[in-house]
Amino acid sequence: MQTHTFKPDMPPPNQSIGAVAWLRGNLFSGWFNSLLTLFALYLVWLIVPPLISWAFINADWVGTTRADCTSEGACWVFIQQRFGQFMYGFYPSELRWRVDLTVILAIVGAVPLFIDAMPRKARYGIGFLVVYPLLAYWLLHGGFLGLETVETSQWGGLTLTLVIAAVGIAGALPLGIMLALGRRSEMPAIRVLCVTFIEFWRGVPLITVLFMSSVMLPLFLPEGMNFDKLVRALIGVILFQSAYVAEVVRGGLQAIPKGQYEAASAMGLGYWRMMGLVILPQALKLVIPGIVNTFIALFKDTSLVIIIGLFDLLNSIKQATTDPAWLGMATEGYVFAALVFWIFCFGMSRYSMHLERKLDTGHKR
Amino acid sequence: MKMAKSALAVFTTAAVLGVSSFAQAGATLDAVQKKGFVQCGISDGLPGFSYADDKGNYMGLDVDVCRAVAAALFGDATKVKYSPLTAKERFTALQSGEVDVLSRNTTWTSSRDAGLGLNFAGVNYYDGQGFLVNKKLGVTTAKDLDGATVCIQAGTTTELNLSDYFRANNLKFTPITYDTSDESAKSLESGRCDVLTSDQSQLYAQRIKLGAPDEYVVLPEVISKEPLGPVVRQGDDEWFNIVRWSLFAMVNAEELGITSSNVEEKSKSTGNPDVARLLGSEGQYGNDLKLPPDWAVQIVKQVGNYGESFDRNVGAGSELKIERGLNALWNNGGLQYAPPVR
Repeated sequence: MQTHTFKPDMPPPNQSIGAVAWLRGNLFSGWFNSLLTLFALYLVWLIVPPLISWAFINADWVGTTRADCTSEGACWVFIQQRFGQFMYGFYPSELRWRVDLTVILAIVGAVPLFIDAMPRKARYGIGFLVVYPLLAYWLLHGGFLGLETVETSQWGGLTLTLVIAAVGIAGALPLGIMLALGRRSEMPAIRVLCVTFIEFWRGVPLITVLFMSSVMLPLFLPEGMNFDKLVRALIGVILFQSAYVAEVVRGGLQAIPKGQYEAASAMGLGYWRMMGLVILPQALKLVIPGIVNTFIALFKDTSLVIIIGLFDLLNSIKQATTDPAWLGMATEGYVFAALVFWIFCFGMSRYSMHLERKLDTGHKR
Repeated sequence: MKMAKSALAVFTTAAVLGVSSFAQAGATLDAVQKKGFVQCGISDGLPGFSYADDKGNYMGLDVDVCRAVAAALFGDATKVKYSPLTAKERFTALQSGEVDVLSRNTTWTSSRDAGLGLNFAGVNYYDGQGFLVNKKLGVTTAKDLDGATVCIQAGTTTELNLSDYFRANNLKFTPITYDTSDESAKSLESGRCDVLTSDQSQLYAQRIKLGAPDEYVVLPEVISKEPLGPVVRQGDDEWFNIVRWSLFAMVNAEELGITSSNVEEKSKSTGNPDVARLLGSEGQYGNDLKLPPDWAVQIVKQVGNYGESFDRNVGAGSELKIERGLNALWNNGGLQYAPPVR
């Protein structure tokens, strides 16, 4: 009996596999793309080698003063010498452990929230959200229970940036959700109130808000009543960002089919349980990219507090460059600031992608 | 509309009341003594005038004024809390009572003195617009700058002063405007412009940023008047006097040869009646100012006399190496002059 044996598959033609084929397919698929590729390569050649030689090869890494920066490239000695100030601002150096502890507690406290098997996670989460801010305030500001007071005017650097961003996010998210619900409410008074609030805050630039809070507000307050400058800025940031969060969340609410609302009502759920158990979990999941987008923008916007004389990371760096001992180090400073901001923003965006994948149930195509 | 108007009226009244309620004589001094420190508004970063070192201590010529006031009041120059202020918020911070004294390289002008409800307590630095050029150009005076390309830092009066000066001297120039001092320094270095103009105090800081500072020179001409000094709220004369005389004490101390190292000795025994009166060993001149009798001793001991402060922060002893020029004592060819204590 004769059996038919298939001939082994012919290998694909040389020109459709391997690196050459990939290059032909992706980079040189036509004369126009070839030109663009060559142009891009030229740009890379123009920019990258000088950058690397400035930042690494010709850079000065060790030393204590400006005089140690002898080579052509970057003077990272400046960053190294002022690192403490960039991280903590004018926070007294012997008390900086309090800032470290605050950050460590935040990380340690948040870990259980990321463990899927953790029982009573919701209850723990709420408890954490209530207890941690008090603890953080006590640690950072002090003034009671045996800790020395460190006034907010001494806060600065990355610490201040994180405080503004964290408080802004923690305050704006719940307020934004409430505003979004209010805007879709059937009660006219609440709806009008929420619409007015959102449209007002979306209509003014953040700089104006900060400026008003710092320059105008003190004139209207009675004598002797001086709100802390940081508190004023924080309130401004929260109110401003909550309007943006509200609009993002509203987008999610509108994407939920009407049937979901009706089904929830038919189950006998009241308004709050319908929202809390059926609508919001679905809506918020949909708008994760939008919300994270808002928060990344908020994180970067924190550097606007420079105009009201708060010393966040960027302003600390700017201030350090005015020390006569380190004049002319602005480039190094700003590159460092950019790097730190990029690390945080990139981290947030990666986390949001992870969150999306984890929560992506029932909408997979 | 009517409601908006009346609301505005209420706000304005509140603002005016809020401001005027501070203008009672003695209110500031009482408040400062009660809280135990001077709240001082300084710049958010100006080389030599107010900046922070790597330990976070504020220093500079403007900061020294705050320290002098604290030394005079409390005998302790460290009893100061600093509020770094941007140029825009500085006057509001003073008017609203957020700071007790504003020592932030603020130019004394008629509109600020009279229009804003403020009082300038003196001049701690006579500044003025000047020119920074490369020595290679061989220019020794601004009159040689005909046809030059001039780098300007965007500022309201810098460009105006420049064109006034060049027009008055019948010279031509091409301006290039930059937003930040770093950009304009780079531009001078690369040769895009022949000369950089800004306030003289800034030019010395700019010079350090250049690759080879020694190849550049600040021309002697000063083409505008920028007297910088500490500011207080109008209407509180007692406080005004304290700030003003703290500054005068520093200038007088330099004139009388009192320094931080010999002040102790001179306060105990001196043959010079002027020194004795200033240092409180003769007469009760501190009392008139509602200050302790050794107020001037404390200022000189902890902050130094005006010359020492100048040297340390902006002068020969600092990185900036600004010459005394207009800020030399009056008997030394400058403008720093203080009325006598007697």
